[in-house]
Amino acid sequence: MKRQRLRQLKERAIKAFFLANGLLSIFVLLGIFALLLYTAVPAFRDIKIGEFLTTKLWDPTSPLKPVYGILSQIMSTFLVTVGALVIAIPVGIGVAAYLSDVAHWRVREIVKPVVEILAGIPSVVVGFLGIVLVGPFLAKISGQSHGLNALNGSILLAIMSLPTIISISEDSLSAVPQAYSEASLALAGSRWQTLIRVKIPAALSGIIAAVMLGMGRAIGETMTVLMATGNARSFPTGFFQSVRTMTSNIAIELGEVPYYTTHYYALFAIGLVLFIMTFIVNLIADVVLRKYQEREL
Amino acid sequence: MSNKMMKIAVVIQLVIALAGGMLLLGQKMLQVKGSDTMVNLVQILAEKYMEKNPKQPIAVLGGGSGTGVTGMLNGTCEIANTSRDWKQKELDQAWEKGIKPRFFAVAIDGLSVIVNEKNPLTKLTMDQVGAIYRGEVKNWKAVGGPDMKVSLYGRQSNSGTYVFLMEHVLKNKPYSTDMKEMNGNAQIIEGVLADVGAIGYVGVGYIVDKETGKPMKGLKVLNINKDEKAEAFSPLDKAAVDSGAYPVSRPLWMATNGTPKGTAAGFLAWIVGPEGQKVVEAEGFYPVGGKLMEQNLKNLK
Amino acid sequence: MKTKKLVQFAGFLLLRVCLYLVLAVLLILLYDIGSKGGGSISWEFLSKPPRRGMTEGGIFPAIFGTFLVTIVTAVLAIPLGMFTAIYLNEYARQGRLTRLIRLSIRNLSGVPSIVYGLFGVILFVNIFKFGTSILSAGLTLGLMTLPWTITASEEALKTIPNSYREGSLALGATKWQSIRTNVLPYAMPGMLTGTVLGLARAAGETAPIMFTGAAFFLPMLPKSLSDQFMALPYHLYIMATQHHDIAKVRPLAYGTALVLIALVLGLNMTAVVLRFRLRRKRRM
Repeated sequence: MKRQRLRQLKERAIKAFFLANGLLSIFVLLGIFALLLYTAVPAFRDIKIGEFLTTKLWDPTSPLKPVYGILSQIMSTFLVTVGALVIAIPVGIGVAAYLSDVAHWRVREIVKPVVEILAGIPSVVVGFLGIVLVGPFLAKISGQSHGLNALNGSILLAIMSLPTIISISEDSLSAVPQAYSEASLALAGSRWQTLIRVKIPAALSGIIAAVMLGMGRAIGETMTVLMATGNARSFPTGFFQSVRTMTSNIAIELGEVPYYTTHYYALFAIGLVLFIMTFIVNLIADVVLRKYQEREL
Repeated sequence: MSNKMMKIAVVIQLVIALAGGMLLLGQKMLQVKGSDTMVNLVQILAEKYMEKNPKQPIAVLGGGSGTGVTGMLNGTCEIANTSRDWKQKELDQAWEKGIKPRFFAVAIDGLSVIVNEKNPLTKLTMDQVGAIYRGEVKNWKAVGGPDMKVSLYGRQSNSGTYVFLMEHVLKNKPYSTDMKEMNGNAQIIEGVLADVGAIGYVGVGYIVDKETGKPMKGLKVLNINKDEKAEAFSPLDKAAVDSGAYPVSRPLWMATNGTPKGTAAGFLAWIVGPEGQKVVEAEGFYPVGGKLMEQNLKNLK
Repeated sequence: MKTKKLVQFAGFLLLRVCLYLVLAVLLILLYDIGSKGGGSISWEFLSKPPRRGMTEGGIFPAIFGTFLVTIVTAVLAIPLGMFTAIYLNEYARQGRLTRLIRLSIRNLSGVPSIVYGLFGVILFVNIFKFGTSILSAGLTLGLMTLPWTITASEEALKTIPNSYREGSLALGATKWQSIRTNVLPYAMPGMLTGTVLGLARAAGETAPIMFTGAAFFLPMLPKSLSDQFMALPYHLYIMATQHHDIAKVRPLAYGTALVLIALVLGLNMTAVVLRFRLRRKRRM
């Protein structure tokens, strides 16, 4: 009997060990949030939150008075993200639809790993190509004097979000019950009509989740926009303008800011805003996905 | 013990071993951080110095003058390169931390204003350059150039060159927010080469093609004059830079905490000596002379 | 009737165009890097350190540095990922706590890489006082890779049929014994290949290591975990933007990009091929 109890204790200890590991993720997430918050809060001793979020000018090293406004950066992030989605959503859903409904299974087996290759290209390489290939090309065809602008950033971000959008949308489309498509075809719908009017609406939640995740990726991308969008601090008014996203701004200034100054804390405040944004986007994707799974049951 | 347990145990042991390696003295390299204008020069100086002194490893990192100052204040580097003077705030912070910066002028730079070779302009006054970079002049025709939008290229706020230009040419007023803030001198050059409406500012060591000794193809270096009446000089004109006739010249500084010791002492002594100064010239900058050199020698003690 | 067919034809053509677009983009990217970087690849490039202010020589220290920091990443992310996956798949009950854990994991995978960098600076560089080092950078990357290793390990565990577990339990084994003998050995290969994919991603990341340990020009190879290091992605970034003679080193930058891509894709492909082989084995 003692052996039995020892064994049970051991089992419980092991279970506790694994439980601790399980809880790890929660702790890490909370930890990141907490440390960001802790390091960002001192910034707001000298900066008013309202001004922080609504002022266009970011000039912490201004010879006049330091100004900490991130509205231009928020707008820049927004601009390149929207631009990226405008490209990546139709193309991504198109490819997903093709893979799930039109392609021969052999084509699928080849294309899926190829899309994963695209996903595997490091962001610094994409940024590099933005400087040496895409930017100059854009400049040439648009008649602008250079290609380091929001459009360049959007195209590159689209390339980076596409694999996410494609693979998750394709999974969702494939998961639509056969019965739905069969019913539509039985009623003399063409495959195209079935796709557009039955399958895509049925998979819509999964597709929305895919888009949200792709959007999260675009918002959080750092190296690509850092290298290819020109990093001008002005408030963006068009796609041919050089922009500076929140992520670029942190990457540019973190290396040179003296620790524990208002400027330092302000950079962490930007990080906090970013964290909250991507958290919300991921939360929405999560909720949508869960609704979708529940409906399937 | 199952296979998996063994693997875990091995992994844990590896971690402990590697962490233990941490405590072993990793040979400490001299850390030099700071100015991007100076990074190439100092890297080559370090390479040459290490050829003669292989037991004295030196790590040269860039990051901009601001990064160098921060590095010294945070205790992460022994020598800080700056292409500008330290700001009073920085000196105050240093004193608060018990750091007593000592400065060595290692080279003179004629800060150069460059435009694309297709731009017909040949000179500008200091005031005009300031107005352009403040964003007050948006089209080249306002300063006698073609009817073309001005495309501003500059550095980021951690750059000593950025600060220097702001203080001396922009008269301490902020830059235009339309300025594309590039990561380093070379990126500015890359931008100007490709953009017909561009204007940029870089250290003189960057515009000279080392092989021909002449300015890089595709770039045009503007002559600058103090005002409308004075003569306009080129930053490539050594005499003009030395005499101050070229209005935008500046010393390039390396700072240590107090008297330099060990590798830092040897390195700095070599840099301000004849061999080091020859390298400075070969890299396109100007050697230090006169009063600045006297002060250097004093500071070594 | 004909319109329906026409519309379908046009529609499917449109979809096909989307696919070709994506494939074309990938091909152009790879071709550009391959053709312009191939010229720089040589034995010297891969095995020697840089010379003459990085305008000549090779990138061996960067390859070595990436290798080292990826090891630290693996040491953190692989065991922890596996343990978490074991919890989620073997022990956890469907409930609010489990949902919360899964939500956290998904959110962690969406956190921007620069935010991980910020976190690494506060926690590892400053609070733990590891300074800018392979350790700080590796731990930061490890945290970033954790969601990936968890997900990959969980997928591997999911493929083990319940009958394996039930059989063992029926014979009187405890839960942990069953997992240890009847699940883990079969899931391990799958877990490892999945984590290799996560490591491939970590090897290509720049933002988390930029401020926690990566440096551009170090005259010596790192000798301990507390040293700074050169790394391929950071090297490419500096070569492309901050280097003092961008035009001259452009071919070297391309070469670095090619090596980085080859490394990342190589790891990816190894994992994919392994996964394929494992699936086939399992079907038998």
